[in-house]
Amino acid sequence: MINLVWLVPVLPLAGFLINGLFRNSLSKGMTGVVGCGVLLASFILSLLIFGQVRQEGFEAVTVTLFDFISVDKLHIPFAFQVDQLSVLFLLIITGVGFLIHLYSTSYMHEEEAPHFARYFSYLNLFVFSMLLLVLGANFVILFIGWEGVGLCSYLLIGYWFKNIEYGNAAKKAFIMNRIGDLGFLIAIFWMINQFGSVSFTEVFGGASGASVGVLTGITLLLFVGATGKSAQIPLYTWLPDAMAGPTPVSALIHAATMVTAGIYMIARSHVLYSLAPVTQTVVAVIGLATALFAATIALKQNDIKKVLAYSTVSQLGYMFLGLGVGAYTGAVFHVMTHAFFKALLFLGAGSVIHAMGGEQDIRKMGGLRKALPVTSLTFFIGCVAIAGIPPFSGFFSKDEILAAAFAKSPVYYGIGLFTAMLTAFYMFRLFATTFSGHFRGTHDQEHHLHESPSSMTIPLIVLAILAAVSGFLGIPEALMPHAHWLEHFLSPVLAGGGSEGHGVAEISRGTEVGLMVLSAALALIVSFWAWSKFKSKPEVGEPAGFGKVLANKWYVDELYRAIIIRPLNVLGKFFVWLEKWVIDGAVNGTGRLVQYGGRQLRLLQSGQVGGYVLLMVIGILALFLVELFVKK
Amino acid sequence: MPINYYIFLALALFCIGVAGVLTRRNAIIIFMCIELMLNAVNLLLVAFSKMHQHTLAVTNPNAGIDGQLFVFFIMVVAAAEVSVGLAIIVMMYRNTHSIDVNFLNRLKH
Repeated sequence: MINLVWLVPVLPLAGFLINGLFRNSLSKGMTGVVGCGVLLASFILSLLIFGQVRQEGFEAVTVTLFDFISVDKLHIPFAFQVDQLSVLFLLIITGVGFLIHLYSTSYMHEEEAPHFARYFSYLNLFVFSMLLLVLGANFVILFIGWEGVGLCSYLLIGYWFKNIEYGNAAKKAFIMNRIGDLGFLIAIFWMINQFGSVSFTEVFGGASGASVGVLTGITLLLFVGATGKSAQIPLYTWLPDAMAGPTPVSALIHAATMVTAGIYMIARSHVLYSLAPVTQTVVAVIGLATALFAATIALKQNDIKKVLAYSTVSQLGYMFLGLGVGAYTGAVFHVMTHAFFKALLFLGAGSVIHAMGGEQDIRKMGGLRKALPVTSLTFFIGCVAIAGIPPFSGFFSKDEILAAAFAKSPVYYGIGLFTAMLTAFYMFRLFATTFSGHFRGTHDQEHHLHESPSSMTIPLIVLAILAAVSGFLGIPEALMPHAHWLEHFLSPVLAGGGSEGHGVAEISRGTEVGLMVLSAALALIVSFWAWSKFKSKPEVGEPAGFGKVLANKWYVDELYRAIIIRPLNVLGKFFVWLEKWVIDGAVNGTGRLVQYGGRQLRLLQSGQVGGYVLLMVIGILALFLVELFVKK
Repeated sequence: MPINYYIFLALALFCIGVAGVLTRRNAIIIFMCIELMLNAVNLLLVAFSKMHQHTLAVTNPNAGIDGQLFVFFIMVVAAAEVSVGLAIIVMMYRNTHSIDVNFLNRLKH
């Protein structure tokens, strides 16, 4: 079974080719069947592989397909690594991916057939790249997937390419990702230089022999790649703009899977990170700063998708905090639960937008609970899960990270807890403003309100169930010994995630339970406070004072524009000038000189024989003079 | 007579020939001037050959003979050239009723 693992990514690739090449002839129904079918097949294959991997004593398997690059002593095989970590990601990607594909068949139904097929082919290509990313057995294959998902993200953000703003958002995402990718690429070269290999086993095996300085450099560069892909400070501004894409895309790429690639990559190379404490601190601090920063922005956003986007950035910050403090299992756990509840929230938002006829401003919504019962209920479960209220999934994963953070430093914990409260606050602000109170939109919209079709609500319900119960896969040791299934499952890959003195093990059981009760109680209180505050009196006016700074995202985009984009534009204009007048000038000048010279010399050819003879005589005389006086 | 006299005479003849070619427009005169230049060169050849014959006669009885031979070649070639050239001039006169070389720039148009 494991030898067939190559089928898992190849099936979406086939879907991409079929939908992409025959987009003009396939009907929408066929496109949907192909697009969803390949994902379902991949998911079933992943389940079968999972069944094999979860058996006790399973050793990681490397499936080598062919030699990809072979130069001198450097051999980079095209190989897949099947172990607990990659299988977990396989399940998340194909499972959530399938639900989102299914959802898309309804959500995108108003598109014309060729564009509908284009959408599904991009989506399939994305899943293929993402599977390549998590299956690759070396950093180069990982990088191919890494670039592939970046490309698909670009294509899908700019799916409605006729809108210039959407196109700009796509370009922004692509360019910011490229900045991070450069760091990743340099890290790969450095690895080749240092270890002579890029395969996981050899690099991690040789890591203990490398100096701390080199490891710090490599891990920092890898982290630069992760900040681009996973939207961390300073490269996070593309993610909120990426909401220009269709909502299912936001759910799949910009919440559940692609943006967690950075977390996967760091968790995968945790051996290197554990040996570079400086980088770990950087990762933790950046993650924490991003979590807090994005959460504050989310407080004042009025676009339903923007709130969720900033919430995603914030939750990704949490995951990096977990990675930074050594809670690798916790971070991966949070990736999983986040994939469920954030995909659920985005799809719920999509359902709301669908019902509102494209309206995304929550100030014009309100009271949607009656019209959209399934959406509002599932959205509520998503909110509860992300807010960290037990026993929903977000509570368990967030708490594991927070406990590990507490063990590292109470300051981390304090800021993390504060961010968790902010999360609860803005999520319930969003929920209350959207679903409670009375309707504030136009009369036409109110008339048009309807619950989404079942192909949209079924994914919502499935994801809601997952978001509600997936937390039980990681019950903390403090509550129930040996109940943390996920840690047990991942321990062969992420050994030391909690048992080798990192994080959780360092604090006493009593403290941990106390922290849990504290965070749960605070989350509950803040959620209720926000809900009661906004349920009847939503914020509809323009924010003033500090709220305006938050609503304008701390003016970070403006800052980037002033200190990076504008100087670059000026530099670009200078180079345009240089190109036009200096380089082109030199080339054109040469041509023009020859033309002018020819035009002038032509006049000598007068047809007067006497003139020719005179010139000849002058020439001969000149030669004589040269011969007699100059040449010695 | 010293060789210098011959050289100066030849130079003078040649310069007169060049000046004539440059300044005159009558094709016949130009022709004659060309002949003048050729003859200036012939004169030099003969003069130098005579000089070499005089100085090298002890070792080589045939010294300088080739220069004089060359002069005959030039004369023959010049005679042939004149016959062709005069024929061209006759044709030119028939066509243009003129032997002014400046009329020949008609080819330009």
